[in-house]
Amino acid sequence: MTALVIRGGHLIDPAAGVDGPKDILLKDGRVAEIASPGKLKLQNGVNTDETATLDATGLTVAPGLIDMHVHLREPGQGYKETIATGTAAAAAGGFTAVAAMPNTIPVNDSPEITRWMQAPERGAAVRVFPIAAATRGSKGEALNDFAALKSAGAVAVTDDGHPILKDGVMRETLAAAARVGLSVIQHAEDTRMTQGACMNLGAVSFKLGLRGMPPEAESGLVERDIRLVTELRDARAHLHVAHTSTAAAIAAVRQARRNGLRVTCEVAPHHFLLSDEHVGMYNTQAKMNPPLRSAADRDAMIEAILDGVVDAIATDHAPHATHEKEVEFENAPNGITGLETALGLCLRWLHREWKLPLGRILSLLSAQPAALLNLKGRGTLAVGSFADVVVFDPKAEWTYHAVDTLSKARNTPFDGWTMQGKIRWTISEGRIAYKSS
Amino acid sequence: MTPVWDCMNASATPVRRQLHPPPVAPSPFPYNPGSLLSVQDLTLEAVSHILARATDLENMDPLVRDRILLKRRVALLFYESSTRTRTSFELAAKSLGADTTLVSSLSSSIEKGETLKDTGLTLRALGAEAIILRHNSSGAAWLLEEATRLPVLNAGDGMHEHPTQALLDLRTILTHLRPGIKTVTAETLAGVTVSIVGDILHSRVARSNMLLLPRLGARVVLCGPKELLPELAANAGPDIAVERSLEAALRQSQVVMMLRIQAERLAGMQLDLEQYKANYQLTGQRLAAQASSAVVLHPGPIIRGLELTAGVADGAQSAILEQVRNGVAIRMAVVERALATDGKGGGA
Repeated sequence: MTALVIRGGHLIDPAAGVDGPKDILLKDGRVAEIASPGKLKLQNGVNTDETATLDATGLTVAPGLIDMHVHLREPGQGYKETIATGTAAAAAGGFTAVAAMPNTIPVNDSPEITRWMQAPERGAAVRVFPIAAATRGSKGEALNDFAALKSAGAVAVTDDGHPILKDGVMRETLAAAARVGLSVIQHAEDTRMTQGACMNLGAVSFKLGLRGMPPEAESGLVERDIRLVTELRDARAHLHVAHTSTAAAIAAVRQARRNGLRVTCEVAPHHFLLSDEHVGMYNTQAKMNPPLRSAADRDAMIEAILDGVVDAIATDHAPHATHEKEVEFENAPNGITGLETALGLCLRWLHREWKLPLGRILSLLSAQPAALLNLKGRGTLAVGSFADVVVFDPKAEWTYHAVDTLSKARNTPFDGWTMQGKIRWTISEGRIAYKSS
Repeated sequence: MTPVWDCMNASATPVRRQLHPPPVAPSPFPYNPGSLLSVQDLTLEAVSHILARATDLENMDPLVRDRILLKRRVALLFYESSTRTRTSFELAAKSLGADTTLVSSLSSSIEKGETLKDTGLTLRALGAEAIILRHNSSGAAWLLEEATRLPVLNAGDGMHEHPTQALLDLRTILTHLRPGIKTVTAETLAGVTVSIVGDILHSRVARSNMLLLPRLGARVVLCGPKELLPELAANAGPDIAVERSLEAALRQSQVVMMLRIQAERLAGMQLDLEQYKANYQLTGQRLAAQASSAVVLHPGPIIRGLELTAGVADGAQSAILEQVRNGVAIRMAVVERALATDGKGGGA
């Protein structure tokens, strides 16, 4: 394999404590050497004639981003997205690894599907880490074989959009996952309280005449899950709350952490940027689950990111075909795309507007999700790590146009928004997976 | 690497600052100036113009009126059953000379799974110049307008709005409380309290009225049990209050608007009808004791013996059939506005 040198860039690697000008040598899919500008030794048989060089002058070099919550729609719904198109969009957004949710058709509740998703034939542009279903068919009854799923490559278990409501089943899930060292991810929604609802419950839903999901449907289940973790008394148990959207759920996570529990959470860009007012006049591009919440909840997400309660930013990339969204609001499917807009929105808003240091943002988008999913050798560019790299211009402003997406889907509320931070190269295990034209 | 759940605790210093989150984009609706999607799209000048045209058209020689929209094509697209709204829109359009065609969900390709967008595009291709839409989903009129860019008249979308009902209610209220008035202003209904009683949660009539009447100076009191009237309804707009006691609401009111319980939208909600009647039925006794000179309105269909007694429905204070008559006049003005060729909504 040929080697790749990235010269002249500014390396930010929060996990390794690096923030300064560095040259990097990537070789055989790994980080081979890091040195001050112009000081790479290029030893160990690196043939300089065969070594490509990327000029990163003025650019930021960082560990490739990791999105721990995406829907790639394969197997079963290739008309919405495929693993190839979804990961192409991921690469365009600076992501070198994505964790794929199991709500496929059929549900990914087996080692076979878990392996199928990672097979080279899928044509993935970046690494795909399947998250397997916790229960058979995600029906919330019988537990899957977590050890078998883990050895097939699953990095966590969840029933995602079909949250585990039964206390006994959730307790068993947490215990069994703890034994094999997998995290349990819960889409916290007490679906008994959200029947027929299609947006956040509040003054806006009343005005629009839409049935609303009460914030308690999220926070109540988070509190229940935390109680189960507490009762379990197993230090290995790890509960991760997916796409947290309410102030009350964040407060519960904050308290659990004070109590020393392994309870973590992620927040999606749309939940720290938009509120239910952004639904406007029934814009189905603003429909997702959990829904856009009140402005107070949105502000609580920003605060929670700034003060460190939030462990990861994850997009919940949920592609749908255009025609599926061009229907009555209550009948439209939930979800928006997010892979290509995450970094641009984080830099434009969290960094520029709310002054969160770049290193913290990169940590939320890479080192921390890598740690949550226990992805060894990722989320850092320490020597010996995987050569998963993103190179971007942190100052460049640009406008996102959904028509230009590499995803099959264009369902985004951020079409036409100004982004900050333009991806120049995304490198997946030493191979250039994306380069801007 | 230190596990995140440990290292994150260390940095948990609360940060408090002034946040300036992304603004909400202004609504692109209505795309077509002839559309009437929401009462909020109408300026008070436009309301005045519609009210004045309703009177002009009502008084016009039918043979003259017949030429205003001669052979223009208006489609009525109805996904829900309707007596008053459908018939009055149809009569209104025909009175102006327009050709109308009715498409209803039970006898069309809608049954075969055609989407609202495709049905709208089909009607446009067939030559429809305006579409009058009644739909069971909130927001359907916005979807149809965006897809077709035709003038769309919202004849009721789910639990959201029913703007022509609010306009005809306004006309009825003005006839009784402000007879002879020519134009409406922000003070026209100053000092007037309108109570809307019953199933507010599921009512598009309530929403359109509570957003229109306060703009003319009226106070709106919403009255009903918690299941049918969430407390946060008071936040829907200015000058809206929530009152749980029917007696207390009646005492303040010059106008009482009774609503039907929408059994078809209760979605599994358990409601004790006997209890409801005991607390919220408008009876002759309650009316005489608390609001002996108030005007009683009801958008229909009325369920005698449930939200109001037959005696009240047929009584001297009832303006229910007057509302129905006003519906034709208002809808003539609104259909004319939709197809006005000057593109400014009939000069409003």
